[in-house]
Amino acid sequence: MIVRILGEGQYDVSDEALDRLNELDAALEAAVDGGNEEAFRSALEALLEGVRTVGVPHAVDALDESDLILPPADATIDEVRQLLAESDEGLIPG
Amino acid sequence: MSLMKRISLIFRSKANKALDRAEDPRETLDYSYQRQLDLLSKVRRGVADVATSRKRVELQVAQLEQQQAKLQSQAEKALQMDREDLAREALTRKSGLTQQINDLKAQYAQLQGEEEKLTLAQQRLQAKVEAFRTRKETIKATYTAAEAQTRINEAMSGIGEEMGDVGMAIQRAEDKTAQMQARAGAIDELIASGALDDASQLSAGDDITRELESMSSQADVEAELMRLKGLAPGKEPGAIEGGSSAEGEPVVAEQTESTTEGEQQ
Repeated sequence: MIVRILGEGQYDVSDEALDRLNELDAALEAAVDGGNEEAFRSALEALLEGVRTVGVPHAVDALDESDLILPPADATIDEVRQLLAESDEGLIPG
Repeated sequence: MSLMKRISLIFRSKANKALDRAEDPRETLDYSYQRQLDLLSKVRRGVADVATSRKRVELQVAQLEQQQAKLQSQAEKALQMDREDLAREALTRKSGLTQQINDLKAQYAQLQGEEEKLTLAQQRLQAKVEAFRTRKETIKATYTAAEAQTRINEAMSGIGEEMGDVGMAIQRAEDKTAQMQARAGAIDELIASGALDDASQLSAGDDITRELESMSSQADVEAELMRLKGLAPGKEPGAIEGGSSAEGEPVVAEQTESTTEGEQQ
């Protein structure tokens, strides 16, 4: 499946590798819910590093939608909450 | 539902909202392509803006480092003249600059990081926009409007996600740059006002700085004198303190010489 790290691009990740990523994802979710910035930072780093390690960069000129989208590496907990907030605000400026 | 999944769904729906849909789906392709080109020029401007801010910070660091070196030499001169109080003052001002410089260097690194990220985002978008253009022409040439819909949807959502990503990257870079520009503006004002300048220019009215300044020029004169005397043959470098002693020594030497000569005769 295709995983996008925002601000970095898309990676192809095999389904077998997904279990491990799901564990890391759960840790990240707990950190966001708990509002623990420190735990959030290390969980996000672990998750993104996991994707970069098991994933292979997806062809840059492909027009494929990602199956999963992850926050940028330098996102704060507030920014992730903002990403999760349902709003009508578009993502593309201008 | 997992966090990744939630973010993906929300991000995608936001990205899709931004896509224009036209009556004829093939027209949608042209509209979208135009927006992609607009976004590309926006990201190029973004890269240029961040680069401008980075260069500004670089210039400020250079200015402050120059002033730091000036204060260092003022402190050295003050010590040579046994004015520890003035040396201390110059060094205190110098250490105040160190903090500013470190802060600016951190900002510089951050701006450099943003610039690299945006440049890469620009390259990725560029590649996708080119792919989209090819796909668009193929779709328009090959399919009727009715047939084209599915393929158009695929191409649109693929590029929409990339546009959403790049759009966010631009926004983040703009936010960060704006914060730093406000701080850079404050430092420019400080530099212009002379508050961060070397000790001799700093609040030109106060006694310490006036003393430092005159001492600096005095020390410069002494150093120049020392250098000139160093060039003159037969002069001891230590003999520059007072004119009388410097003149006195050779006189004594002459006397000794003449006495020796007298004894020999």
